[in-house]
Amino acid sequence: MELRSKAPAGPLADKWERYRSDIRLVSPTNKLKHHIIVVGSGLAGASAAASLAELGYTVSCFCFQDSPRRAHSIAAQGGINAAKNYQNDGDSVFRLFYDTIKGGDFRSREVNVYRLAETSLRIIDQCTAQGVPFAREYGGLLANRSFGGVQVARTFYARGQTGQQLLLGAYQALERQVGAGKVRMYPRTEMLDLVVVDGRARGIVVRDLVSGAVGSSAGDAVVLATGGYSNVYYLSTNAKGCNVTAIWRAHRRGAAFANPCFTQIHPTCIPQTGHHQSKLTLMSESLRNDGRIWVPKRKGDARPPREIQESERDYFLERLYPSYGNLVPRDVASRRVKEVCDEGRGVGPGGYGVYLDFADAIARLGRHVIAERYGNLFEMYERITAENPFDVPMRIYPAPHYTMGGLWVDYNLMTTIDGLYAIGEANFSDHGANRLGASALMQGLADGYFILPYTIGDYLAQVKLGQVGTDHTAFRQVEREVSERVERLLAARGRTTPDAFHRELGRLMWDKCGMSRNAQGLKETLQKIAALGERFARDVYVGGKGEEFNQTLEHAGRVADFFELAELMCRDALHREESCGSHFREEFQTPEGEAKRDDARFGYVAAWEYAGAGKAPVLNKEPLEFEVVHPAQRSYV
Amino acid sequence: MRLTLHVWRQSGPRDAGRFVRYDVTDVSPDMSFLEMLDVLNQQLLGRQEEPIAFDHDCREGICGACGMVINGRPHGPQHATTTCQLHMRTFPDGAALWLEPWRARAFPVVKDLVVDRSAFDRVIAAGGFITARTGSAPEANSTLVPKRDADLAMDAAACIGCGACVAACPNASAMLFVAAKVSHLGLLPQGQPERATRVVSMVAQMDAEGFGACTNHGECMAACPKEISIDFIARLNRDYLKAVARPKPQAVKANGGDV
Repeated sequence: MELRSKAPAGPLADKWERYRSDIRLVSPTNKLKHHIIVVGSGLAGASAAASLAELGYTVSCFCFQDSPRRAHSIAAQGGINAAKNYQNDGDSVFRLFYDTIKGGDFRSREVNVYRLAETSLRIIDQCTAQGVPFAREYGGLLANRSFGGVQVARTFYARGQTGQQLLLGAYQALERQVGAGKVRMYPRTEMLDLVVVDGRARGIVVRDLVSGAVGSSAGDAVVLATGGYSNVYYLSTNAKGCNVTAIWRAHRRGAAFANPCFTQIHPTCIPQTGHHQSKLTLMSESLRNDGRIWVPKRKGDARPPREIQESERDYFLERLYPSYGNLVPRDVASRRVKEVCDEGRGVGPGGYGVYLDFADAIARLGRHVIAERYGNLFEMYERITAENPFDVPMRIYPAPHYTMGGLWVDYNLMTTIDGLYAIGEANFSDHGANRLGASALMQGLADGYFILPYTIGDYLAQVKLGQVGTDHTAFRQVEREVSERVERLLAARGRTTPDAFHRELGRLMWDKCGMSRNAQGLKETLQKIAALGERFARDVYVGGKGEEFNQTLEHAGRVADFFELAELMCRDALHREESCGSHFREEFQTPEGEAKRDDARFGYVAAWEYAGAGKAPVLNKEPLEFEVVHPAQRSYV
Repeated sequence: MRLTLHVWRQSGPRDAGRFVRYDVTDVSPDMSFLEMLDVLNQQLLGRQEEPIAFDHDCREGICGACGMVINGRPHGPQHATTTCQLHMRTFPDGAALWLEPWRARAFPVVKDLVVDRSAFDRVIAAGGFITARTGSAPEANSTLVPKRDADLAMDAAACIGCGACVAACPNASAMLFVAAKVSHLGLLPQGQPERATRVVSMVAQMDAEGFGACTNHGECMAACPKEISIDFIARLNRDYLKAVARPKPQAVKANGGDV
C-alpha cells in the first residue's frame, strides 16, 4: 500500500491557500448531478452535508440517532479554539499551530495542523453568523477562556454547552437544506458496510433500525463522519451509541487505520461508583481554570478534605509543572493523577480519585462568579454524586474520552480507498498522540465546513464514474454479507448478553491498553481478546428478530467490531516501542516519569492495512517530516 | 432497594399496548434511572424475554434522546433533570413506578417507550435557522451583541429537543419548543432579517404536524429539564402577531419559495 500524503509544496503559511486555488473545480451544473453520501451528523458530518448541499451537490445524510441533532458532538462542554487574538495576549495562527503539534507530541502531520489553525479563524465567524450564542463581555464582544497545554486565552464557549450550541448551528444549516430538498436525511439508520466498485467507494449498506430492513445507498463519494471509538473501553465519556462499526467496516474494505492505540484519557471525570455503571461523565477541562487539583501528602489519609490543612496537601500538578500548573495537557495530568492514586494517596471510595477544589477561586472571585462560569457543571456533578462542589471539593479520575487514531487520510481527507473520505474524530489527522482541549470541535468544523467541500470537488472533477446503482451486483453481494452477519448473531443463542461481553472486553483494554501499557501486558491481552472473541461468537445471546426494532442486536454488532478493533489497538501499542503523548509504554520513560519518544525509530504514522480474517494486519509507515518545527522533548515545567 | 415497575409495552405503532409488571431487586441508590432499567433488561435477556426498548444516548442530560413519563411526570419527579440524570436515591425503597412513553398525536409510538419525534426536525427545517451560507460570514466581532441579549438567547438555546414539554401539555402543544428556537434566533442581531418569516413558517409547520394549541397551562415549563421559561412563548406570540400584522405575511420555504 502506498501512502501519499499529497502535502503541497511551498512555504507552510501559503500551502493551503495556494493548493485551494490550484485544485480542480466542479461546475455548478455538474454539482447537481453528483450524489454524496455523508454518514454521521455530528459537527463534521452535519457541517459537511450542509455545506456540500449549499454548493449544489445532492446529499444523503445518515445517522443512527432518532434525530441528527443528537450526535455526540452535542455533549462537548468546554469550548472551541481559534487564533483570533481577541485578548491581545500574543496569540497567532502560528502559536495555535505550534501548541497543537507540541501538544500532540510531534506525531501529527505539520501541513494539516497548520491548515487547521488557519481555518480556526473562519469557524468562529461562521458560527457567530449562524446565531451560536457564544459568551460575551459587557461591551458585546466575544469572550474567551483558557484551556490546557497553552498560555493564552483562545477558547470560545457557550456556557458549559459549547458542543451543543455549535452542533445546533450545524444541524440548523443541515435542516435548512433538508427543507430545501437538497439533503435527504435518514435518521435511525446505521451504516453496516461499505461498497467498493472498481476500487472506488460507491455506496453503503445500511440497516433501518426501526424496521430492521437491510438496504443500500449508492453515490459518487462516501464521507464517514462517524466519530471515535472510546467505547471499546466500555466505560468512557462517549454516548452509549458511539461505535467503530462504520470506520471498521471501511478498514476491512481497504481503508488503512492509523495510530489506533492513540486514545485520550481525560483527567477530569466523575469516578466510577459501582459495577452497575453504564458510562462515565466528564467534568469540563475548563474547570481547571479555577479548580486546584490536590491529594493528601500522607498515604491513606481518610479525613474529610476540609480537615486537611494546607501544609498537609500536595498540589502535585502545581508542584511538578510550575509554569502550566493545573493546565498541563490531558495526557500529562491523567498520568500524574494515576500515579498519586497508585501511590495510595487517592481519595474517595477505592482510592480512585483526586480533589478538584474551588475553595480558593470562590474566596477570590465570589460564589456568583463561579456559579455563572460553571453552574451547570456543578449541578450535574451534584445530581450524580449527591455532593455540592461549593461545599466539598469535586472528586475526579481519568476516563477514556477521545481517540486520536482513526482512518488514515491524505491532505484531501481521502482515505486509502478512492472516493472514501473520513472527517472529524473518525480520521487520524490533526492531533498526533494527544489532543489539546477545545480542539476537537475546531477540527470537526474545519473539516466539514471549510476543507472537505473543496477537496471532494478535486476528486469528482477528475474521475470518470460509471453509472452504479444499488442494483449493481456489488451491492447485492455486500447486502448478503451484512444479512448473514446479522443472522449469525441471532443464531448463536448462547447464554451471555452482548453487554456482558462488552464490559469484559472494556475491562481488559482499560487495564492493559489504557493509561499505561507494557509489552507483557499487551501480549497477554492479545491472547485474552482472541479467546473472548471466540466465546462471543459461540455464547452470545441476542434474542428477537432481525426484521424489527432490536436494540440488543444493534449493540451486538457493534461489540463484534470492537473485538477486532481491540486487537489492532494492542498490536499497534505493542509495536510502538516508545512513549508519546497518550501512548505511555512503561518501559520508555524519562527519569522524571515523562513520555520518552524515539523519533528515529517511530517518527511516523502507523497505518495498518487489513489483510483478511485471521491474518496479521500489514503495517505501512508514513514518515513525519517537519519543515518548520523541531521536535523536542515536551516540557510543561 | 426494591422496586415495582409497571412498564408500558407496545410492540409497534399498531399494537394497543399494555402495562406489564416487573419486580426489580438489588437496586443501588447510586444508580441512574436508566442504569436501573439496564439491570432489568439484562435480567430479561437472561430469561430470554424481550428487553424494554427506550431511547438514550449521551446519559449526560444534553442529547435529548431519553425521556419517559414516570408516575405521570415527564422525566420523573426531580426538577430540571432528564431521565438519564435522575438517580435512584430520589425514590423511596419499595416504590411503585409507572413508566409510559411520551403521549402525543405528533409523537407516534415506535416501540415500548420509544416515540418518533421527527416532527421536531421538520419544524426546524421549516424555518428554525439563520441563513448563513458557509464562507459568507463577516468577522465575528464586527457585530456587537449586548451580554444581556446573548445570555437570554442562550437561555432559550439550551433546549435539548427532548419533547417533555409536549408530553406534559394537556393539548400536546409544541409551543415551548418552537418558542425557544424563535426566541434564541430572534434575540440576536444575526436573526433579524428572517425574524418574521421564521416565526410564521415554524408555527405553520407545528400546526401541520398535529401539535395542539397553547392554552397557558404552564405544564411545559414545569417539566422542562432545561428550565426553559414560558416567557419565551409570550415572545413568540408577540413576534407572530407582529409578523402577521405586516402586509402580506407569508410562510417561506427554506429555498426562498412560497409554501
